[in-house]
Amino acid sequence: MALGGHLAEMLLQLGDRGPDSAGLAIYRDRVPSGSTKVTLHSADPRQDWDRVHSALDAGMGAGALEVRASHAVVVVDTDAETATSWLSERFPELRVMSAGEAIEIYKEAGLPREFVERFDLASMSGTHGLGHTRMATESKVTTDGSHPFSTGLDLCLVHNGSLSNHNRLREQLRAEGIEFQTLNDTEVAAGYLTWRLREGASLEAALEGCLEDLDGFYTFAVGTVDGFAVLRDPIACKPAVMAETDEWVAMASEYRAIAVLPGADDARMWEPEPGTVYSWERQPV
Amino acid sequence: MAMVESAPAVIEVDLAVTPLRELNAALHRVSGDDRGSWRVLNPRGAHAVAVGVDAPLEIDVEGHVGYYCAGMNKQATVRVHGNAGVGLAENMMSGTVVVEGNASQSAGATGRGGLLVVRGSAAARCGISMKGVDIVVHGSVGHMSAFMAQKGCLVVCGDAGEALGDSIYESHLYVRGSVAGLGADCIEKEMGEHHVAELSDLLERAEAGFEASEFRRYGSARTLYNFDVDNAGAY
Repeated sequence: MALGGHLAEMLLQLGDRGPDSAGLAIYRDRVPSGSTKVTLHSADPRQDWDRVHSALDAGMGAGALEVRASHAVVVVDTDAETATSWLSERFPELRVMSAGEAIEIYKEAGLPREFVERFDLASMSGTHGLGHTRMATESKVTTDGSHPFSTGLDLCLVHNGSLSNHNRLREQLRAEGIEFQTLNDTEVAAGYLTWRLREGASLEAALEGCLEDLDGFYTFAVGTVDGFAVLRDPIACKPAVMAETDEWVAMASEYRAIAVLPGADDARMWEPEPGTVYSWERQPV
Repeated sequence: MAMVESAPAVIEVDLAVTPLRELNAALHRVSGDDRGSWRVLNPRGAHAVAVGVDAPLEIDVEGHVGYYCAGMNKQATVRVHGNAGVGLAENMMSGTVVVEGNASQSAGATGRGGLLVVRGSAAARCGISMKGVDIVVHGSVGHMSAFMAQKGCLVVCGDAGEALGDSIYESHLYVRGSVAGLGADCIEKEMGEHHVAELSDLLERAEAGFEASEFRRYGSARTLYNFDVDNAGAY
């Protein structure tokens, strides 16, 4: 089974924990440096993707554009900053969900089962990925409020919990030039990580900064170009379980989601400690 | 329901084919003095396995369970051959619950009686608001264990995390290893003869191979029983 199929099984197990939205970040088909892979979202079901593709190709050079439900992925022959500012000028109705060398982010409001089928997760292969099912507590049920959130090139964040100081922090981050699309608390955490990483912090230092600067409950999982990281707040009300075999490492809110993976019965399992950053990197093959 | 009788009269229920509600309904239907043996296969992290049993059954669960396993247990002996999720044996009343692996947070929460044994470690808030249950953890417990504990014993053969026994009323806490920190109004207390006897009995029943003399006892300083403005910071 392809990675997307495993992630789909995991999402379906936790669909009752988060029935209002679902999302997936998957890392695959790394593009050569100098190129950028961009995932776009359109709220218009009749979006003319051919027109977007032609304009991108004429503007900066673009590979084939692959449409997947309300999203499309395209590789452009320029850097991410040039591509995203060009897109926001020419196609302001499109949302850039992710940009980088390997990342693709797909997310929508609606039942996780519908998401899994509509985006045909089972057909996606890849090296690693993060999925999320949402039960909104702090902001509207919309595509923009769904997880994962992009936190910069090839980076994304999923969150279980709720932040209580996100309004003030959002204003502080806006003053630093970070842009926000919603009133969602997790988007603020994502913006915080984006800001810390932009200022030169390592991923580990940026996550440790959350312990100081974020007030509220959280279990975070962060996707990176070659791995992922996990952080729980010091109170650790929000669950997390880790499992590792010789073949794979997985993290989920609870064991039900891990039980569907091959060899789960014999996996080494533990709960990540509160206030501690865990990270994994794939060995170069 | 797909139940297979196998000698000697062990009732097997495979959760891969039988819905969980059917299992629990069948466990609730037995008479209050039924001493039968049950075996539950393929729990695969399911929530609320063997909850609300009120008969002296022997129930073996073969695998990892999800949240609230053996909650409200009365009389039964429930043995989980794996790990347990959040809220293991929550509000158990009597009987015995044994987990061979680790337990997630809030194991034994609000328990009123019986014995809970975790042969691995338990995460945060083990024994939170315990009201008479005895809990023996062969490994360590996480932060805020025995928070607002009212009655019963918490025995930790490994280490205890931060804020052990915060705002404790009257439980006996025994820890063999280190304590990362005591919560508000929790202090170390002397180990009397009746404490040694109580702890030795629990260690034996929980098959924990340690001596009572290796443990230290913690309990309530009783300074938060009545409001005193000098203690306002501790509430």
